[in-house]
Amino acid sequence: MKITLTVNGAAYPLDVEPRRILADVLREDCGLTGTHLGCEHGICGACTVLVDGEAVRACLMFAVQCDGSSVRTVEGLAAPDGEPHPLQRAFSAEHALQCGFCTPGFLMVAAGALEADPNIGDDPERVDGLVGSNICRCTGYEPIRRAILRAAREQQGDRDGVNR
Amino acid sequence: MKPAAFDYVVPRTVPEAVAALGDTGRKVQVLAGGQSLILEMHLQRIRPELVVDINRIAGLDRLSVDGDTLRVGALVRHGVFESARAVPGPLGTLFARAVVNIAHPPIRSRGTMVGSFAWAHPASEWCAIGTALDADIEVQGPAGRRVVAARDWFHGPYRTARRPEELITAVRFPLLGDDTGVGFIEHRRTHFCFAQVAVAAALTVRDGVICEARIGLVNCADRPLRARAAEQALIGKELGPPVDGYRPPEDHPFAHAGRIAAARDAAPLAEPYADVEYKRQAIAVLVGRTLCQAANDQRSRAAQLKGDQQ
Repeated sequence: MKITLTVNGAAYPLDVEPRRILADVLREDCGLTGTHLGCEHGICGACTVLVDGEAVRACLMFAVQCDGSSVRTVEGLAAPDGEPHPLQRAFSAEHALQCGFCTPGFLMVAAGALEADPNIGDDPERVDGLVGSNICRCTGYEPIRRAILRAAREQQGDRDGVNR
Repeated sequence: MKPAAFDYVVPRTVPEAVAALGDTGRKVQVLAGGQSLILEMHLQRIRPELVVDINRIAGLDRLSVDGDTLRVGALVRHGVFESARAVPGPLGTLFARAVVNIAHPPIRSRGTMVGSFAWAHPASEWCAIGTALDADIEVQGPAGRRVVAARDWFHGPYRTARRPEELITAVRFPLLGDDTGVGFIEHRRTHFCFAQVAVAAALTVRDGVICEARIGLVNCADRPLRARAAEQALIGKELGPPVDGYRPPEDHPFAHAGRIAAARDAAPLAEPYADVEYKRQAIAVLVGRTLCQAANDQRSRAAQLKGDQQ
C-alpha cells in the first residue's frame, strides 16, 4: 500500500504492507534506527514516538495508519544545527541513562508531554506517570524523573525570562 | 513475531464500515485504538484476513452530553478522561479515578473506551463501570441501529452480544447527580499488570441515608459484574461519620457489604498469583475501601454544595 509519512519534517513516500508496524517501517524503510524495539508488546516503551504530537507505541500502530501523519522520532529532537534538545541536555546532566537502550522512548514520551503542557514540571505526579510508562533496567528511574523535571523547569525559566 | 498478512480497508463513514464488516466469509477485525488487537496480532493469537480501520470515520470521536446522558463515541481515547472535567459531575470524577489504572499515557492516547467494551476483557475497568451504571451500547448493523444494555452485553471473556457484521458506534452512560459520591480502587501485582481485583462504587445519599448504591467488580468473574447483593445490604443504611478507609471496622456496613460481595456476588477465577480464596479476601477488603472512598467523596460534594448555597 502506498503511503506518505512525514518523519521529522521530511516526506517519505513509501510502499508498505499493511501488516508492518510503524517502528519497523521507521527503522527499515526510513533508516531511522534511533527508535528501538524492546518487547514489541507495548509494555517497555522503547519504541515510543510522537504521531501528530502525541506519544504512541510504534509497535502497536501499523505504518499504514499513519498515512499523511507527522511522525517525530528521537532523531528529530535536536535542533537542525545539532544543538541538543533541553531534554537531551537534562538526561546527560542528570545521568539519566546508562546503556541507553530505553532512552529514545523516554525522551519521546517526555517530549510529547512537555510540548502539550509546558507546566508539567509543576505536577510531579504526572511526571511520575510518564516515567512509569516505560521500562529502564539500568538507572532506577529517579535520574530520569529528575531529568524530565529539570528540562521542564529550564523551559519554564526560559519562557518566563527568569532563572529558577 | 510479526502480524500475519491481512487486507486493510479504511472506511470514511459508518455505513461503509458496516458494509466492510458484512464480508462474513473472512475473519474480520475492527481496528480502533488497536492497543489490545495489535498485540494479539503480534502473537498471532488473532489472525484477521481483513482489518477494518475505523480511525478516519468523522464524528466517531465525539464525546457529548444530551440531557442526563453521556455519549462516548467509538474513537474517544482513554486519555480524554484523565481530566475529571471532561465529563460533568461525579461521573467525571469516577472516570478520572479509573482511567489512570489503564496502562500508561502513550497507550491511553490510542486506546478507546468503546474498544474496551468490544474487547470485553474481564479485567477491564470501563466494562465494570458500565455494568454497574447500566450503560447502553449502541451498535450499527446492516439492518440498522440497536441498543444493548451492559447487563446483556458481556457473554464471557472476549465475548459480547456484538454480531460480526455490527460496529459499536458509542456507549452511553447516565450522568450521576450531585448527591452521589464515587470511588474506584484497583489492586494489582505491579504497575505493569492487569487488575487482580478492582472495584467501582457510586453511593447516592439523601438526608444522611444511602438510597442507591452501585458497585462494579473488575476481574471478579469471567465477565464484569454488578454486586447487587452487596448493594441491597447498603440501601437504607445511614452514611454515618467518616471511618478509616484503609480498613473499616468489621461491623461497619461497608465491611459487611464487602464480605457479601466477595461471598455472594463474585465468582472469581483462579489466576497465577491469585487463587480463588485470595481473590475473595481481596474483593471483601477492596469493596469496603472503595465504599469508604465513595462516602468521603459524597461528604465533600455535600459540603461544597452547602458552601456554594451559603
